[in-house]
Amino acid sequence: MTEAIINIKNATVSYREDVALDGVSLQVMPGEFVGVIGPNGAGKTTLLTIVNGMGKLRRGKVNVLGENVVGEKHHDLRKKVGYVAQIERIDPRMPMSVREVVMLGRYGLLGLFHRPVKQDWQVVDEAIEMVGMTHLAARPIGHLSGGEQQRTAIARCLAQEPQIFLLDEPTAALDWKAQTDILELVKHIHDVRNLTTLFVTHDLDALPHTCDRVVLMKDGRIIGEGPPDAMITTATLSRLYDLPAAVIEERHTHVHRRGA
Amino acid sequence: MKNGIPTFTGGGLSVDLSIFGYQFMQNAILATFLGGIACAVIGVFVVLLHMPFIGVAMSHAAFAGGLAGIWLGFDPVLGALLLSLVTAAVIGPLADKGELSPDTSLGVIFSLMLGVAFLIIGLIPSTRSEALGLLWGSVLTVTRTDILLLAIVAFIIVGLVMVFYKEVQATVFNRQIALAVGLPATAILYIILFMTGATVTVSLNSIGGLLIFSLILNPAAAAYQLTYNMKKMFLLAAAFGVAAGWGGLALSYLFDIPSGATIVITSSLIFMVCAIFSPKRKVQLRKKAKVNK
Repeated sequence: MTEAIINIKNATVSYREDVALDGVSLQVMPGEFVGVIGPNGAGKTTLLTIVNGMGKLRRGKVNVLGENVVGEKHHDLRKKVGYVAQIERIDPRMPMSVREVVMLGRYGLLGLFHRPVKQDWQVVDEAIEMVGMTHLAARPIGHLSGGEQQRTAIARCLAQEPQIFLLDEPTAALDWKAQTDILELVKHIHDVRNLTTLFVTHDLDALPHTCDRVVLMKDGRIIGEGPPDAMITTATLSRLYDLPAAVIEERHTHVHRRGA
Repeated sequence: MKNGIPTFTGGGLSVDLSIFGYQFMQNAILATFLGGIACAVIGVFVVLLHMPFIGVAMSHAAFAGGLAGIWLGFDPVLGALLLSLVTAAVIGPLADKGELSPDTSLGVIFSLMLGVAFLIIGLIPSTRSEALGLLWGSVLTVTRTDILLLAIVAFIIVGLVMVFYKEVQATVFNRQIALAVGLPATAILYIILFMTGATVTVSLNSIGGLLIFSLILNPAAAAYQLTYNMKKMFLLAAAFGVAAGWGGLALSYLFDIPSGATIVITSSLIFMVCAIFSPKRKVQLRKKAKVNK
């Protein structure tokens, strides 16, 4: 039997008096594409940070790629885990090009005292090509649109050649077209690179339709998980977002009518 | 020719170059060269990390520490180094954890250090000229020991940036990303803060606690206006730092005015010229014009 690549058992994380994760258990198998959905403050981002060792675990066990994640010093683990965060404002005067920012993904792998060589730049250029940004490779990073910045972040993860791909609301604040493009790109990369992907979002429309599994999170707990068809129902969404079923139905109908 | 040093005459202007034959001037030229490079490199971190208050807080900490040394009877440089390193150790977690806005926490530390400094000035029983010397600095009275210390710190800073360039580049771009790709970004941030403390300390005698901040910020801020390449930004900032030091020294000599002030004013002028002629500014203006259309 294949072992889980991410194995979280009864994980609890708290920031002062706020409990961000409350006894969460989750197993992710190699090659799985898992979508995590829930309202703001549900603990979704914290779930990702305990996978790459950036979050502080108060209780429970987290095992990622065979390594027990305890404390904060997991530089070696992080080299194997690609992380795309929400769009952050980048200073338009930042003295770095798209190509240099993508190269950051390889810096951890290179290790101290080693500089990038020709092969590293080749990997970077391939990653930039894969996200369709070759024509912008020399552009200053601060001059890009939100969608282009997220493509650069995805290229940075590709350059890292990770085994696990973590995405934290990568399409938040993007327009509909850019959102659709990023979702397709993420799925394409997941398939081509044979990655294990955890995709977190608060927006149902931003959840890739092709997820293998959907996890519902609320108030720091997992309140349901299963195939998308079984999870994305009026009853579960009503519970997840504390909205009456009629409102969910109405919104669903409206979206479909709009799409027709 | 005077003492083997030529006198330059041309275009109706006559400049006596014999001044370069004096030890104090040679020391001043060396001190501004080394201090200009060290401060400018630190300035690049300060500008890119968007934490300009680091320089202010650290320079006042060094000033207060130096005064404590004078008051309690030990080497002011040691006092300055100790207090600026302690400040770095306090700023580190505040900047790292983000519990308070960096500007707020640095502002509190800055005002505390200023208060401590003035308290010690009040407590020093004897003459206060030495204390005020730390505030204003005097590049024309620096000693060979000061220069040696400046050389050591400048060498270490430039060496660290060259050896750990990729780690530094990732950390100043985005600490969370640097951490996420497996780099020791927190350690790099602490090293940057400690080196800021060391730079401010060894520049205290030549530039002074009050003026050092502008020599840290202005050359780097000027370089920031001109390039989209971080390596070029380091080189330009260092060049501007040295130019500010030497230009200020020349003005001080020509017009017989305080050197610390002329160095700082020169660095500010360099920044203003770069900001006015910045190609980045034109890009920003074009973007704004597009939005307005």
